[in-house]
Amino acid sequence: MTADLSGLDLGQRIQQKFPDAVVDARPEWTEVRADRLVEVCTFLRDDPELNFQYLSSLTGVDRLDHFEVVYHLLSIGRNQASTLKARCHDHENPEVPSVVSVWRGAHLQERETFDLMGIRFRGHPDLRRVFLWEGFPGHPLRKDWLNFPGGQMAGLERFPGEPGGKLEGRG
Amino acid sequence: MKTEPFVVSFGPQHPSTHGVFRMRLTLDGEQITDLDMVIGYLHRSMEKLAEERSFTQNIPFTDRTDYISAMTGNLAYVLAAEKLCGIEPPERAQWLRVIMSELQRFASHSMAVGFLANDCGAWQTPIMHMLRDREKVLDLFEMACGARLTTNYMRIGGLSRDIPPEFMPAARKLIAELPKRMDEYEDLLLENEIIVIRSRGIGVLPAELAIASSVSGPMLRGSGVAWDIRKADPYAAYDKIDFDICVGTNGDVYDRFLVRLAEMRQSIRILEQALDMIPAGPVHAQIATATVQPEGVPSAPLALRPPAGEAYGRIESPRGELGFYVVSDGGPAPYRFHIRSPSYINLTPLKEMVVGMTVADAVMILGSVDIVLGEVDR
Amino acid sequence: MPFDPSTGSGLRAGPILAEWYDLRDLGNAVGAFLDWIRDQGAPDWVPYVVSGLIGVVAILLWVILSQLAFIWIERRVIGRMQARIGPNRVGPQGLLQPIADTIKLFLKEAITSRKVDRALFWAGPVLIFMPALAVLAVIPFGSGMFLTDLNVGVLFVIAVASVNTVAVFVAGWASNNKFALLGAMRTVAMLISYELIQVLALLGVVLFAGSMRMGAVVDWQSDFNTWVLFLQPLAFIAFIIASAVEIGRSPMDISEAESEIVASYHTEYSGIKFGFFYAAEYIAAFAVCAIIVTLYLGGWTAWGLEEWVPGWLLFLGKLYLTFFLFVWTRGTLPRLRIDQLMAFAWKFLLPLVLLNVLVTGAEVLIWREGDLSAGLALPIFGAVNAGLAVALILGWATFMGHMRPEHRAKRAVLTRSWARYITLHRPRQTSP
Repeated sequence: MTADLSGLDLGQRIQQKFPDAVVDARPEWTEVRADRLVEVCTFLRDDPELNFQYLSSLTGVDRLDHFEVVYHLLSIGRNQASTLKARCHDHENPEVPSVVSVWRGAHLQERETFDLMGIRFRGHPDLRRVFLWEGFPGHPLRKDWLNFPGGQMAGLERFPGEPGGKLEGRG
Repeated sequence: MKTEPFVVSFGPQHPSTHGVFRMRLTLDGEQITDLDMVIGYLHRSMEKLAEERSFTQNIPFTDRTDYISAMTGNLAYVLAAEKLCGIEPPERAQWLRVIMSELQRFASHSMAVGFLANDCGAWQTPIMHMLRDREKVLDLFEMACGARLTTNYMRIGGLSRDIPPEFMPAARKLIAELPKRMDEYEDLLLENEIIVIRSRGIGVLPAELAIASSVSGPMLRGSGVAWDIRKADPYAAYDKIDFDICVGTNGDVYDRFLVRLAEMRQSIRILEQALDMIPAGPVHAQIATATVQPEGVPSAPLALRPPAGEAYGRIESPRGELGFYVVSDGGPAPYRFHIRSPSYINLTPLKEMVVGMTVADAVMILGSVDIVLGEVDR
Repeated sequence: MPFDPSTGSGLRAGPILAEWYDLRDLGNAVGAFLDWIRDQGAPDWVPYVVSGLIGVVAILLWVILSQLAFIWIERRVIGRMQARIGPNRVGPQGLLQPIADTIKLFLKEAITSRKVDRALFWAGPVLIFMPALAVLAVIPFGSGMFLTDLNVGVLFVIAVASVNTVAVFVAGWASNNKFALLGAMRTVAMLISYELIQVLALLGVVLFAGSMRMGAVVDWQSDFNTWVLFLQPLAFIAFIIASAVEIGRSPMDISEAESEIVASYHTEYSGIKFGFFYAAEYIAAFAVCAIIVTLYLGGWTAWGLEEWVPGWLLFLGKLYLTFFLFVWTRGTLPRLRIDQLMAFAWKFLLPLVLLNVLVTGAEVLIWREGDLSAGLALPIFGAVNAGLAVALILGWATFMGHMRPEHRAKRAVLTRSWARYITLHRPRQTSP
């Protein structure tokens, strides 16, 4: 069974090596400072006890006032998995260091995150849009893309069939 | 003699790019010096659309990402949502999920191997033979859920309905005749000299590069890494079944051929055990807590409102590790719905595999990656 | 060719009569018709021209009808090989399918892109149609049934078949399309290599028969009651492979490698121009099968059976069987890559056919100089050649490395433990 390495443990290990890199550590994930990201990831990959050589998934989440980049890591040798996050507080032009130098598998995933969310990755060898064409207005997965009237976002207020007010939109 | 590099655009309309996929190859004579991949022709913004639909309404989307193996797509999403909600499906549902996944794996690999042999030039003969068996599997799916391709069978907490009584005898009959077919296919395909010389040593992907590039599935196993999520992180009754992981040694196109054919045999083995060991019982969990089902709402499982949080659920789909990262903020629809699609990420080392080969080899290598454009573009 | 009345016993058909109703030589009927024209008082040149015209029309009609029939046969046979039925909707059992295809091709819009080289674009299909038909002029279809019996029939056949190469390149170049040019260049390289193999394989036949006249080869086979196939197995195999390449059939249909370069040199052609390419493929196949049957399989003779059954029926039967062989390999085998194909020609087949010519020459010399009787010499030569063929093919294959473990099949490794690396052995990457 793939052991989910608790974010608390991971946070502790990272804290030992990089004293001020960890911002938040919970059982579900560990949050790291964005500017220390590459060092921390290199440590996570090369440390023989953690051995996170496989990047399962890299994606971004738009949290309205900041962006989160979520890294799901996997250790094939030790059969453990963990989640790492990095925040970027600039909502207009978010920028985060790229981990392509650590895991090559991040190449296409970072391009996708850039294309759909607009998060730039510093140090990526070939950061271009991948699904949409150059010149496409905006980044579609952002919550404020196609601003609805009243600042409302995409989403569901209630279930179809549930009694209540409006069905679509949120916030 | 002055030579000039020659840029050829493979696709998007091409008989063998497995969908609308475009490769811009820079050729020097017949040899490829550079590759640029252009995708997005099938981008349907599923991740954004899913934010406007409730959790159960998103299940049909998962059919249509990887349209060749819909059952596994359903399963991955439903697993992630169950992790988020903390729901445990009943025993019978777990076993039925295994049966459906393995039938789907067999069908999907039939397509993959058949079309790879077609890329080799065998004028649809292998395709026709392998699609014969796939048709029977699709007939079983039709019996179970009414649809052949986009099955929409799994639900958060179990399955949408139980299998009809004629399913079991039909499935047993099918499994009884499959091993003989597999012998036939292995003889025809693996022993064929032309296929051997067309695929040995072509598109080699070393194990270290595969792990670093987050490659998964038969591509990773073909390169020599014995990583199968069904064994390493078992879900849905796989821990009670006895089967092997199929690994190749060289990481070339031939090994991926081998791995897929061997996995088809292992699927048959799993199915034989599952059809015997499946228990009776309900196929859907009872979900009826106040936080989860508000009043006046159409019945669960449609109106599932998970607690705030996030979950990442991964399964072994025929193409690799299919994962769904679902973030919920307590509302009816997911806050973030991300599909970790294996076909897309398996394309990461395509350039390293293709540069230095000829055009004919590029077609074979692309066929061995086994992409489904619905998954690549979402 | 006169039959010896002292052979055979009991009821026998006897020698071919010069009467119009003796169907074993259709030339009799034509001759009777020409006599009738002459009797009507036409000038001298009329029968001559009419006989030529009748021959031409007969060959054309036969070729077109056979081609239509074979479109149907091929699709049904390949369908059965693929566990499906094949065309069965158009007409009873799908028999009208070729006619439907032809009508479709006629009615399609022949799109000509603006940037093509007009004259060459038009010339491509014409040039590709011509050699196949010209070759059929020297083939003896039956006793005395040929359009012309050139003294250098074999040479003529090879020379005219080379025009195919020019036609393919003209078509590819005129299309002004990168894929077409790529395909045309590949095809030309392939055709040139395999023409050499064809010529060398045919040398063996000519050495035995002592003449390049097609009729003489058939007569030789009938006189000595043997087929050249039994005397020249290696050359036969090489010639069949080389012919398959020349007419562009699978497993060497690189020119039509749909999965790689769409449609190679005929990508840009549509409508009836494409119909010409399509038809020319079949007609070239018939021509090549006709050559194989004439030179290796005894032509219209079959050890005396031609007394009973008209020779041209035997000829057609053998031709269709040979064509079935081509259809069979198309349905079954995948395609070789162009560089593998060329390597096969130059490194594998060429030394084999050269050795074959050497050995055949030695055998003919021994036969002539040693003044051996045919009944003794030919079986010995046949056995020696057959043994040599087997030994050479296996030996050369081993020498060239085709029997190495890398070319053998293998199975996947099954394991239960996850996360284990199997040590990679670095394979030799096949040279691009």
